[in-house]
Amino acid sequence: MKKLISKSGLHSNRKWALYTSYGFLIAFVIFFLFPPYFMLVTSLKSNTEIAELATNPWIIEHGVTFEHYWSLLSETSFLTFFRNTVVVTLLVVAITMVVSVLAAYSLSRLKFWGSGILATGIFLTYLVPETLLFIPLFKIVGWLGLLNSYWVLVLVYPTLSIPFCTWIMIGYFSSIPKELDEAALIDGANHIQMLLKVFIPVAMPGLIAATIFAFTVSWAGFLYPLAFIYSESEMVLTVGTVTTLIKGDVFHWGGLMAGALLASAPPVILYAFLMDYYIAGLTSGATKG
Amino acid sequence: MADVSLKNLHKTFDITEAVRGINLDIVDNEFLVLVGPSGCGKSTVLRLIAGLEEITEGNVLIEGNIVNDIPPKDRDIAMVFQSYALYPHMTVYENMSFGLRLRKYSKNEINKRVLDAAKILNISELLDRRPKQLSGGQRQRVAMGRAIVRNPKVFLFDEPLSNLDAKMRGQMRTEIKKLHQHLKTTIIYVTHDQVEAMTLADRIVVMNDGIIEQVGTPDEMYNAPKTHFVASFIGSPSMNFIPCQVIKTNEDLYIKINDKLYFSVPKERLDRYKVLINKEAILGIRPEHLTNAKQHIHDMYEDFNAKVKVLEPMGMDTMVFFDISEAEVCARCDPKSVGKVQSDMTFTIDKSQIHLIDIKTNKVI
Repeated sequence: MKKLISKSGLHSNRKWALYTSYGFLIAFVIFFLFPPYFMLVTSLKSNTEIAELATNPWIIEHGVTFEHYWSLLSETSFLTFFRNTVVVTLLVVAITMVVSVLAAYSLSRLKFWGSGILATGIFLTYLVPETLLFIPLFKIVGWLGLLNSYWVLVLVYPTLSIPFCTWIMIGYFSSIPKELDEAALIDGANHIQMLLKVFIPVAMPGLIAATIFAFTVSWAGFLYPLAFIYSESEMVLTVGTVTTLIKGDVFHWGGLMAGALLASAPPVILYAFLMDYYIAGLTSGATKG
Repeated sequence: MADVSLKNLHKTFDITEAVRGINLDIVDNEFLVLVGPSGCGKSTVLRLIAGLEEITEGNVLIEGNIVNDIPPKDRDIAMVFQSYALYPHMTVYENMSFGLRLRKYSKNEINKRVLDAAKILNISELLDRRPKQLSGGQRQRVAMGRAIVRNPKVFLFDEPLSNLDAKMRGQMRTEIKKLHQHLKTTIIYVTHDQVEAMTLADRIVVMNDGIIEQVGTPDEMYNAPKTHFVASFIGSPSMNFIPCQVIKTNEDLYIKINDKLYFSVPKERLDRYKVLINKEAILGIRPEHLTNAKQHIHDMYEDFNAKVKVLEPMGMDTMVFFDISEAEVCARCDPKSVGKVQSDMTFTIDKSQIHLIDIKTNKVI
């Protein structure tokens, strides 16, 4: 009888834990989905309805219209911005991953003079905020002749993404048991083979986390393109959308919302696609655990 | 299929000297077990042979060639780790074939070797699984399989059974022994478990504090330990040590434990123990040579009385604990003739099995 009581006690405990966690989850989902929802609703309204103060801002009362999407794609350089952003992001992610994986491997596994200090130093560079850096960087890229070209972003974004990604990868590589390298060493692997065939596959969740970070840095970066690029043909999505759709004190809210929604679609798709890999714990079973 | 020699091997980590001058010859096809307490340097010796640590001083020779500067992959050795060290993202088949693939063996050859090894180790049906889908014992088999497929000159085992439960450990021990008989290759095996050492080894090396205490067959280790450390390390339950003195009366020698307890020294050992006359010594006697009173079938048996302190029934035997001049002593007795706790009981000591240790040198005389 005693057992039964304690069991039902556990049951009700669990029930309350579930209720509470679902309660919080629902609250957070509403909180975080509110901006995209508002963007979607506004982008589908006509200009008159957006300007109408008497209507309910949460719902579309006077019919759905795609005019903002249409004018965004046909009348502005949105597609150019999109293409520029894709080029910049792909290059930045590729450069970041190659450099930071190699750096992290050598810093976590090859013990050389000063390797510890170097690892800390890399992290410290990440702590310097970009708002401090863009003025000296402006001089440097001007001197390099890269001003007003999206190639400048391919050069400067890695200064933000490489230190952080290297740091993430050092953490993942360091968690790989030493015996695994030793086994590979005895099996006959050299450093490159060890990195490609053992370290990278085993640290895949870390690699994906780092990729997502590098992607976000270059996709959503605002300050550097704002400071370094001023002609429309070289703009990226973040700054381009804003500068073309805010003319003086006229805000094209419908177009802005449509642009923001379209610009945020690729990261959402990427996250959804990679999340499964990210969560899958590939390291389990390597050693006794 | 090779002999391994260690010549005056030293290894220093920063300021601690882990290995302090090891000289050892391991002959072809020998099963050699390095045993000792944790931190005695046994794993370091193995890693020096493997090439995973740099040698501070001395030489490692495989088949007569100095291999100090040869990288692990070219030493033709295979190693099995305590933590198995399987590649978690590869299947069992891929794990076992990894070394062969890196060495560019043909697909057919790889397939043949992996299937053969899997058959020997009874893991043929696991080849498509990943390490995390395997039990501890199965993972250990895969780790051994990865070593076998390479057909190396020397196998190195670094405490391979320490992560397994007691039952599995017993099974795998038998399998490793069978494997050695089947493969006929040199095996160097590190363990801290003296039972593993005794059951597996052709020869045992007992290490302590970076040096070799004794090298010998399991039989020699058990019956003729050379130092106090070896005497205490080998055997389970471990040997009893009782402070004593060797005294001379007329032509006879006696081992004096206290004022009431003396044992006469057997005639054939008179010469051996002469050096200890009037000196402090330690009497070492294994629990199995200290039994309940029994018929004196030869004159090596002698009786004495003591008060029973604790009883530990083990089924086949009962361990009886009592004190002799402040030393706690354990005797292995027949459960049928054991007295009660706090009662007086007569024990028989087999004097042919005693060891006298010089307290100054810690050597068995």
